[in-house]
Amino acid sequence: MSGCYINGIANISAQSTSDFDQFLDEIIAYKEVIFKSIDPDYKKYIKPAAMRRMSKSVKMGVTTSKMALASSGIEMPDAIITGTGMGCKQDSEKFLEKILYNDEQFLTPTLFIQSTHNTVGGQIALGLGCKSYNVTYVQGAASFETSLIDAQLMLSEAPKKNILVGGIDEIAKNSTLLHTLDGHIKQEDINVLELLESKTSGTVCSEGATFAVLGAEKQDHSLCRMMDVETRNIASPQDIKEDILALIEKQGLTLNDIDAVILGNNGDVSFDHYFENLQNSIFSNIEQLCYKHVIGEYHTASAFSYWLACKIFKVNNVPSILRVNNIEAKEYKNILLYNQYRAKNHSIALLQRC
Amino acid sequence: MNKGVAITGMGIISSIGDNVEENLNALKSVSHGISRIEFLETRQRDAIMVGEIKKTNEDFVKELGLDSDNSFSRTAMIGAIAAKEALKSANITDPDEYRTGFVSGTSVGGMDMTEQYYLGYHETKEYRRYIEAQHAGFTTQSISKYIGINGYVSTISTACSSAANAIMLGARLIKAGKIDRMVVGGTDALSKFTINGFGTLMILSDSACTPFDNNRKGLNLGEAAAYIVLESEDIVEKDNKEVLGRVSGWANANDAYHQTASSSNGEGAYLAMKEAMEIAGLSIDNIDYINAHGTATPNNDLSEGVAMTRIFGEDKVPVFSSTKAFTGHTLAAAGSVEAIYSILSIRENLIFPNLNFQTQMEEFDLIPQTKLISKNIKTVLSNSFGFGGNCSTLIFTK
Repeated sequence: MSGCYINGIANISAQSTSDFDQFLDEIIAYKEVIFKSIDPDYKKYIKPAAMRRMSKSVKMGVTTSKMALASSGIEMPDAIITGTGMGCKQDSEKFLEKILYNDEQFLTPTLFIQSTHNTVGGQIALGLGCKSYNVTYVQGAASFETSLIDAQLMLSEAPKKNILVGGIDEIAKNSTLLHTLDGHIKQEDINVLELLESKTSGTVCSEGATFAVLGAEKQDHSLCRMMDVETRNIASPQDIKEDILALIEKQGLTLNDIDAVILGNNGDVSFDHYFENLQNSIFSNIEQLCYKHVIGEYHTASAFSYWLACKIFKVNNVPSILRVNNIEAKEYKNILLYNQYRAKNHSIALLQRC
Repeated sequence: MNKGVAITGMGIISSIGDNVEENLNALKSVSHGISRIEFLETRQRDAIMVGEIKKTNEDFVKELGLDSDNSFSRTAMIGAIAAKEALKSANITDPDEYRTGFVSGTSVGGMDMTEQYYLGYHETKEYRRYIEAQHAGFTTQSISKYIGINGYVSTISTACSSAANAIMLGARLIKAGKIDRMVVGGTDALSKFTINGFGTLMILSDSACTPFDNNRKGLNLGEAAAYIVLESEDIVEKDNKEVLGRVSGWANANDAYHQTASSSNGEGAYLAMKEAMEIAGLSIDNIDYINAHGTATPNNDLSEGVAMTRIFGEDKVPVFSSTKAFTGHTLAAAGSVEAIYSILSIRENLIFPNLNFQTQMEEFDLIPQTKLISKNIKTVLSNSFGFGGNCSTLIFTK
């Protein structure tokens, strides 16, 4: 059976993560509930003429995809699979507002053309001249993981392929703000680094992009092996516990083999119990790491945890800001990831050093 | 030839009927569903023709038995109606009996509600339950929850090829043994957003669309939802399931030419059709009928036509038609609407006509099938193309 290896990965987030040689060396403490990602020098990756029309998600997506391809040594992928919760929300919002404010008059096509969810995937294909398989998944907090499932399936069908997989989401001025009205985003600004202790409902919102290159064969530069990934739309905390144990067992491992868990706690007191239920039981003797108090929450924020795991395998060290318990693994061989958003779109993955 | 993945159920609602039976009757009696807009509030009401389902949201709420404070968008409601019929036709009463997944394609998602309430969210609390409808995945979750599928649930949004890609994914997952049963397809309701978006691209026709006609003026937008049920061989054998047809070939290629326009040599379409036939283990002589994407835009029909002549040879293109003049272009749902029409073609041995065709295109020697005819059909090739260069082809067999 063919494997599934991450052979290159890149990330843009609200921290300085676009340089893979750094590892959260300097942390920015955000004080707002909605905060943007840090722009790398996009000009290094995108021609100015092309960049002019690009919304932030396209810029972030194209840039991280190029960075991931470069680090994997692949020039032309055999498939481009993107995940996004919101899609190109900025252009979509602008087009919608023009329709509503101008009574469906004086509209131009550019915003509409760029508003579709698959704009990033399409733009990457156009830029590379890549005529292969191209799909976009839009499944809330599981958007990136459903993309990974497709990639994993494709590698089992065609082990020679190199697959570009990514997750992208951008903040849109008004559409994002609307979630302060329906309780998704907290009412009051907070010190984001203290997000996990906030004891209030709702979370924060940020943006970012992660792209990875997956292949079936281990390379010299492979960052880790993705043993398995699965998603589940609706589940109880007990269901999740059973799913995690089953996933570990399926790999011939036990809980003792798990060196660290990376969890998607986002400081929403109404839903973090999904994580706490595990933290206080099956994960109680395992190193626990969280990241959303550092990079914020968005639908493809969980893609950051894959970047994080790759980093940890590489440097065998964890920035203390991510630690939420007192257990420290001696070395990192198996890292388990779990994420959910508002009790929906659960995802579990197991990554292994290779 | 590969055996393909078994199709055991289907459900559909479109402007030509509320279920499979009504759609078939409309196709057989050659009665289209293109009209002026009656229900959607839009300034473009009298400027265009559309394939609108002649039911209000209140009708759907009643039909589905939803609470008055539900947060279903129109896209989710028609999706739930079609998905429910698909499960029923596959005789599935307990979706949890086997590992069952749901993949829905959509382009607008809950945009119909977003555009209705967007400016009122700050002032009116009761509208706020629709805020989440701005996420396409929320539409899928409304449907999956309604039909009771809680495991693997996903949304594909590759514009007008979304449902075709959902069907492809379902077939691949079952073939690989990752899952036992998949409900796959797509849903899109009419919205001001898409009407005005396609309007700015100047590709909407003010009269009934005329696919593959030399004087075609553009497309008619439509709304629809359609899902098919795919099941593993184990279930088919164990439960002695009736197999309606099989998904035997699939492919997805990218035109990599332009964000919205198709290339003049139909490269993406060519690659998708070619690879789908390879996966099905079929040659060009095996294709009995092509259900073309055929949107009736100048660009699509030319590009698709060129791709067909490249694959088959200009004088050997199989019988083909576009059914868009019946339903309008139902965007993300088009791939599954036409999947069901393809299965019906195979089941009934009928080719549904390409309506409104008069003048052959000057660029090539292709004439679509314009009359309803009987033909022994074992294999149908169905195309779906979308923005972002997305080109997908599915092959259905008896």
